[in-house]
Amino acid sequence: MIDKLKDLLDVNQWIGIAPAASEHAASIDSLLNYVHLFMLALFVGWTFFFLTILWRFRRSKHPKADYIGFRGHHPTFVEVGVIVTEAVLLLFLAFPLWAKRVNEFPPGDQSVQIHVIAEQFAWNIQYPGPDGKFGRQELKLVNPDNPIGLDRTDPAAQDDIVMMNQLHLPVNRDATILITSKDVIHSFALREMRACQDAIPGMRVPIWFKPTVTTEDMRKKLGNDKFEYEIMCAQLCGLGHYRMRGFVTVETQEQYDAWIAEQAKQAREASAGAGQSQGGEYE
Amino acid sequence: MDTITKEQPHHDAKDAHHDPMPFWRKYIFATDHKVIGYQYMFTAFFFLLFGFGLVMLMRWQLAYPGRPLPVLGKLIASVLGDSSMPGGIMVPEFYNALGAMHGTIMIFLGIVPLAFAAFGNFVIPLQIGSPDMVFPKINAASYWSYFVGGVVMLASFWAPGGAAQSGWTSYTPLAVIAPTGQTLWIIGMVFLITSSLLGAINFISTIIQCRAPGMTWMRLPYFVWAQLMTSFLLVLAFPPLEAAGIMQLMDRLAGTSFFLPEGLVVAAKSNVIAGYARSGGGTSLLWQHLFWFLGHPEVYVLILPAMGIVAEVIAANARRPIWGYRALVFSTLTIGFLSFIVWAHHMYMTGMGSRISVFFQTTTVLISVPSVLLLTCLILSLWGGSIRFTSSMLFAVGFLPMFGIGGLTGLPLAFNAIDLFLHDTYYVIGHFHYVVAPGTIFALFAGLYHWYPKATGRKMNESLGKLHFWGSFVCMNCIFAPMMIQGMQGVSRRLYDGGATYLLAEPTLHWNIFMSMAAWTLALFQIPFLINFIVSMKLGEKASDNPWEATTLEWSTATPPPHGNWPTLPTVYRTAYEYSVPGAARDFTPQTQPQE
Repeated sequence: MIDKLKDLLDVNQWIGIAPAASEHAASIDSLLNYVHLFMLALFVGWTFFFLTILWRFRRSKHPKADYIGFRGHHPTFVEVGVIVTEAVLLLFLAFPLWAKRVNEFPPGDQSVQIHVIAEQFAWNIQYPGPDGKFGRQELKLVNPDNPIGLDRTDPAAQDDIVMMNQLHLPVNRDATILITSKDVIHSFALREMRACQDAIPGMRVPIWFKPTVTTEDMRKKLGNDKFEYEIMCAQLCGLGHYRMRGFVTVETQEQYDAWIAEQAKQAREASAGAGQSQGGEYE
Repeated sequence: MDTITKEQPHHDAKDAHHDPMPFWRKYIFATDHKVIGYQYMFTAFFFLLFGFGLVMLMRWQLAYPGRPLPVLGKLIASVLGDSSMPGGIMVPEFYNALGAMHGTIMIFLGIVPLAFAAFGNFVIPLQIGSPDMVFPKINAASYWSYFVGGVVMLASFWAPGGAAQSGWTSYTPLAVIAPTGQTLWIIGMVFLITSSLLGAINFISTIIQCRAPGMTWMRLPYFVWAQLMTSFLLVLAFPPLEAAGIMQLMDRLAGTSFFLPEGLVVAAKSNVIAGYARSGGGTSLLWQHLFWFLGHPEVYVLILPAMGIVAEVIAANARRPIWGYRALVFSTLTIGFLSFIVWAHHMYMTGMGSRISVFFQTTTVLISVPSVLLLTCLILSLWGGSIRFTSSMLFAVGFLPMFGIGGLTGLPLAFNAIDLFLHDTYYVIGHFHYVVAPGTIFALFAGLYHWYPKATGRKMNESLGKLHFWGSFVCMNCIFAPMMIQGMQGVSRRLYDGGATYLLAEPTLHWNIFMSMAAWTLALFQIPFLINFIVSMKLGEKASDNPWEATTLEWSTATPPPHGNWPTLPTVYRTAYEYSVPGAARDFTPQTQPQE
């Protein structure tokens, strides 16, 4: 009975909503659902009232109009109701939710640290590697083979992993992602994670979230074995905006560690050989 | 003002200028507010249809990504070259150009000139009892500035690389590195902004200075209040954008870097990386602040005149006074003020701290309070009426629930946290189109059907009008409601293939064909309107001076109103909406009728 009522009141599900896969997603969705319920109540109430008026006071039925018209304080009650509801939504849900996103970052040593550097039309993703330190970046080193201008001679950079459009995250662990752009404004949107941040050149803005469903589990849950979490560009960035897609693989901690180890090994090998061939053109 | 009597001699002197004028003087370089109103109306209507045409092309690409558009596609390619639709297949650059120009044209060349300039010019002097605008020549300059702006915008389609393609918002740095079309966009905007500023100062001066004797502030028709507030919004909000436009122009042409931070690396199409050799030191967010400082009040520039039209039409057709006239006026002033302090809700995802976010969420949500009041007043005005469902009334009452949906769907977007999910999805597109398309545009149609008899002396055909309304009503909803569904699935806006690249979009992709079909059908339902509009000028049912038996001043003069509007200036004795006054002989008491 209660469950049925819950389903009935789940407006998000009637409309159809992208699956949720992060820790804070449920609270965002429930705020959205409260707002949807509030909208629906107002809309249904208004429409019913409005249609009644149109029917009741049509000329053929009501040939003589009334100079005074509506009497009563109902509009005041509605207005006060609207104000109170909105105040509650703001004070108790919206403000705390946002404050948590921007003020309560998880401690650095407990979360996965990742940098995202967007460009037309790809997502460059940098992991610090096993040493946990991000290597130095130089503008003059940027070239097609080194899209983020990583200085491989820097000891901290030796094991840095730089991937294009491939973001790996361990499940049930906080991830802190620092987002910027090389050229124009992009927007890093992970719809299933209910996470989004504009990638703005000249600014580095961090976001954090905790993925709670692995890609594998989500495939099972949706009965769709082709499912992938996607990075979607949500800000017009030029002619390739529509295809600026990245992928997120959410996996168990073991799988993630193994993947990092393998990538770091390749990165070290690449660093060893990169000493001479380094140096891009920068005009 | 009250000391001016009807027999002021200077009006006779003025009449000397009212002799018949040669065609070019009367219709081309006109200074009469009504003729300037017509000029604005025809030009804006052309652009409205043109902007609609652009989006119909886009909807082909969205419904059938990458498929050649039969016949028309090749025609466009032959006119605009291979940067548009080679072989009938739209290229991404052209899709982006269509998107940017659809937004720009609909807002700055279609709706604002129609709602503000065309209706404002034609109706305001008539409603306040003035022979003309205070500055007739500035008024003409306003129109011609608009005209030049429109020509520049149209010409930009032939610029190397095509028209502007960085969205109607022209975010930097994208707009700074965009092809030549963007330069023309800025130049066009400078003309359009100048036009709006000239129009707005004229409206403000006229409304303050030229009200007829007895036309006190609280006797003004609500339409005039709405236009007054709109004028203030334009005067205060447009100059920052004009300045920002020039700054962007300098970034593009003179090598400055107002909006370019240090260390930009722009990869060209060819995959060659070139450093953007500038001093840097600018900030790309500055543009967004300056743009949205106009951009948000602009929303109310689009909606307030619409509200004004709807109030006039509702009062005349419900045959009773506007309910809560004062509340309506003060809500409008409040909305106008609040609209200046909500702009950063367009920038929630730029990395906003919690304090700023609290401020902008609060102001944004607060604006819903006067908005609800406005809608309440308009709906309650119908209560106890004797409602006459003319075509214009259908559009006016159709406006109310549509604007309601537009307003309500803005509510979730007002919350910063929800935008983590809905930012720049189709939900946003659905939201603002509900406000502007079945919202404002319906109100504009209501106004056209309402004032057409005053301008032409003939009524438009009611059957065609009703066909136009119901067809448009159904189609508009079929276009914009599915956008909410796509938005809830997380589909981003401005995608050249409508989301086909993304797995995420798959469950809602089939809606793209449905929405496109609805858009094209909507175009078909505009045909009866166009026929009606043109044919009724010659063959429509003849209308008296006051065909709707309305109370406001414009209905008390001859039809069509002569140059100078009145042989002698009217005097106003009562409030604007004295319908169904108990004990009165008729169910309407004109503002010019003396108190007993």
